[in-house]
Amino acid sequence: MSTFLALSRPTEWNFPLFVHVFGAMVLVGGLLAGASTLLYARGDARFLRLGYWTLVAVALPGYVVMRTGAEWLYTKEGLDELPDEPTWIDMGYGIADLGALLVLIALIVGGIGVRRLRNGGGTGLLKATMIIAWIVLVAALVAVWAMAGKPN
Amino acid sequence: MSFDDWILALHVLSAFAWVAGLVVFWVLVVAVRRADTPDETVRMEPITKVGGAATGIGAVGTLLFGLWLAFSVGGYDIWDPWILAALVLWALAGGLGGRTGKAYMEGMHKARELEAAGQSGPNAELLALNRTQNGLVLHTVVSLLTVLILIDMIWKPGA
Repeated sequence: MSTFLALSRPTEWNFPLFVHVFGAMVLVGGLLAGASTLLYARGDARFLRLGYWTLVAVALPGYVVMRTGAEWLYTKEGLDELPDEPTWIDMGYGIADLGALLVLIALIVGGIGVRRLRNGGGTGLLKATMIIAWIVLVAALVAVWAMAGKPN
Repeated sequence: MSFDDWILALHVLSAFAWVAGLVVFWVLVVAVRRADTPDETVRMEPITKVGGAATGIGAVGTLLFGLWLAFSVGGYDIWDPWILAALVLWALAGGLGGRTGKAYMEGMHKARELEAAGQSGPNAELLALNRTQNGLVLHTVVSLLTVLILIDMIWKPGA
């Protein structure tokens, strides 16, 4: 089904699709880079800051671009006019909404953690940020699978 | 989902892994420019392995699953201009990506040498290797080639 859609996609959908996919790729890359840096920081304040700021400067803008492309494509494809949305749309939106909430929590918790690093604390909070980032990364990969394979 | 839909999903997931690896390396490219001690440089090695694994899985996955789709899906042929362009861009990105890795590993090898010699302080030669201009240019080119592959995959010129 999705392979057929890829063959028959109107050309005016291409740019919004590019924006959506490019943003999603940057988001996934930012999550992987930030979560990996926090994982291997082993308490080193420089690497904890690097991991946190990677999430802020790469993953967050990636999310905004991905979501902008998604909304653009959603209206362009007329999916907003469907009486019943396909499962892959529900999955995509569900994961994107929950992911946004989790990313926001991770950044707030991590931001407090980074501030506390000056006084020698904050590592526990940044560990929580790392765990949330890994969870969002796995969820994002499930969303990529759903968007590409289009189940149902 | 049909079998081809699964292969397409794995192809796209591989592309995401490839770009995620490139992003990991971008973070390291920026971070290593301030690393002038062996310890700081060597501590980045596990993160380089994450980036290397992601780009490796992504590169192999995009090629294998992409070739499968080119032969399996009706309407696509391996000699379609956009598929040939993707294969050329893939090969260029892969070749230059390998050279990027070598350029940045020179700093890692130097850091290990300094550690083995018991030198833990800042080192100007190590900083220069970590700030490799050659590596930065190569990584930029690889990233641009990857964006071109994405554009090629979406617009499919000549399809």
